Amino acid sequence: MKNKSLVSIDDLSNDEIIKILNLAEEFEKKPDGHLLSGKVIATLFFEPSTRTRLSFESAVSRLGGKIVGFADSSTSSVSKGETLKDTIITVSNYCDLIVMRHPLEGSARYASEISRVPVINAGDGANQHPTQTLLDLYSIRKTQGTLDNLNIFFVGDLKYGRTVHSLMMAMARWKTTFNFISPEELRMPEEYKLYLENIGLKYYEHTDFTEIISKADIIYMTRVQRERFSDPIEYEKVKNVYVLRNSMLNNTKPNLKILHPLPRVNEIHIDVDDNPKAYYFEQTLNGVYVRQSILCSILGVK
Amino acid sequence: MKEPKQLSVSAIENGTVIDHIPAKTLFKVIQILGLDHIENQITFGTNLESKKLGKKAIIKISDKFFEDEDINRIALVAPEAKLNIIRDYEVVEKKVVEVPDIITGIAKCMNPKCITNHEMVKTRFRVISKKSVALKCMYCEKITSEENLQII
Repeated sequence: MKNKSLVSIDDLSNDEIIKILNLAEEFEKKPDGHLLSGKVIATLFFEPSTRTRLSFESAVSRLGGKIVGFADSSTSSVSKGETLKDTIITVSNYCDLIVMRHPLEGSARYASEISRVPVINAGDGANQHPTQTLLDLYSIRKTQGTLDNLNIFFVGDLKYGRTVHSLMMAMARWKTTFNFISPEELRMPEEYKLYLENIGLKYYEHTDFTEIISKADIIYMTRVQRERFSDPIEYEKVKNVYVLRNSMLNNTKPNLKILHPLPRVNEIHIDVDDNPKAYYFEQTLNGVYVRQSILCSILGVK
Repeated sequence: MKEPKQLSVSAIENGTVIDHIPAKTLFKVIQILGLDHIENQITFGTNLESKKLGKKAIIKISDKFFEDEDINRIALVAPEAKLNIIRDYEVVEKKVVEVPDIITGIAKCMNPKCITNHEMVKTRFRVISKKSVALKCMYCEKITSEENLQII
């Protein structure tokens, strides 16, 4: 994938995904080095995302690369009315690779078409965030030893959750069984369920998960946001159903791990944090190794 | 009794006749094919009776022959259009339009948050269903279905 942009997880073959995960394992063993020395990476965050930006910048810094860019479009020429096209063409003259977060959907694909250096999509609106998906895959493989034949529970907002859709589509490549647990209003969209049916994978939908939690290998929690509900009473009714508490984990599988794309608000009670099955903080650490792996693969230095 | 004056749209010697265009999309077809910018002699009739379409339109263009790729661009607005290729007053070939696999620069993405609705980006769609047309935007990856389809 040398010199290729990474816009959507669909851009990668299974082989390419596995290669990225394998290389990330090497960085986990030895995260510091000089592979990116002499390279300039631009991080263009047209909307703030502190976690993702710091993770990328940490990945670059640990490998000796330099960073230029902005953390918020109000401090760039975008606030003067510059088009995305002009910003990308200009910045691509200053760097070897662009990492971009933008509120408009499709902006990353467009940027990759006009940039003379590769573009990594660090989130384009509600569309794609492939490096998150890759770090989720890495976390799953690392904790389960495999990506094959797992039972994954997605919990919370499955209608709007970008990370949920991308991870579901990616895991569908590895014979996964899916359990979708959400309030009625926030169910997994039909197009994704149809996709699973077409390729012959099993999925089950529930509105509560206390009964079935013992079957899970991975629980992927997401936040149920008040503003997603047309009726505030509906939100009040369901808001506590999708909160994970330590007591619920008593009869779960020993290999179970709990993931969350973070930031968390209250959907995982803090009493879960000390349970060895809680994995969401290690997950963010994995993000640095995975991003090191992606950067080095695209820049062709590894 | 006087004979009513017949204004005949005469047959063309060489060129293309596009028939079975829905009357309401005639001007879209003209626009998509760029007929409003060419020098050829063109006649068209619209709101003609049609059993199939209710009201149909027909276009006759002298000395103009289309590539399949070009003519298929009208499939989104005139999916049942039929073409007669005329040489020396004779129909020498009949063609139907086919919805292409990729549609560039004709349709508008229905997603208000798509980059194509904010910057001067030519839209591009992969056609994921041809019967009831469904277009997947190659930028934002959202699907625009037939009832939401807008021609630019």
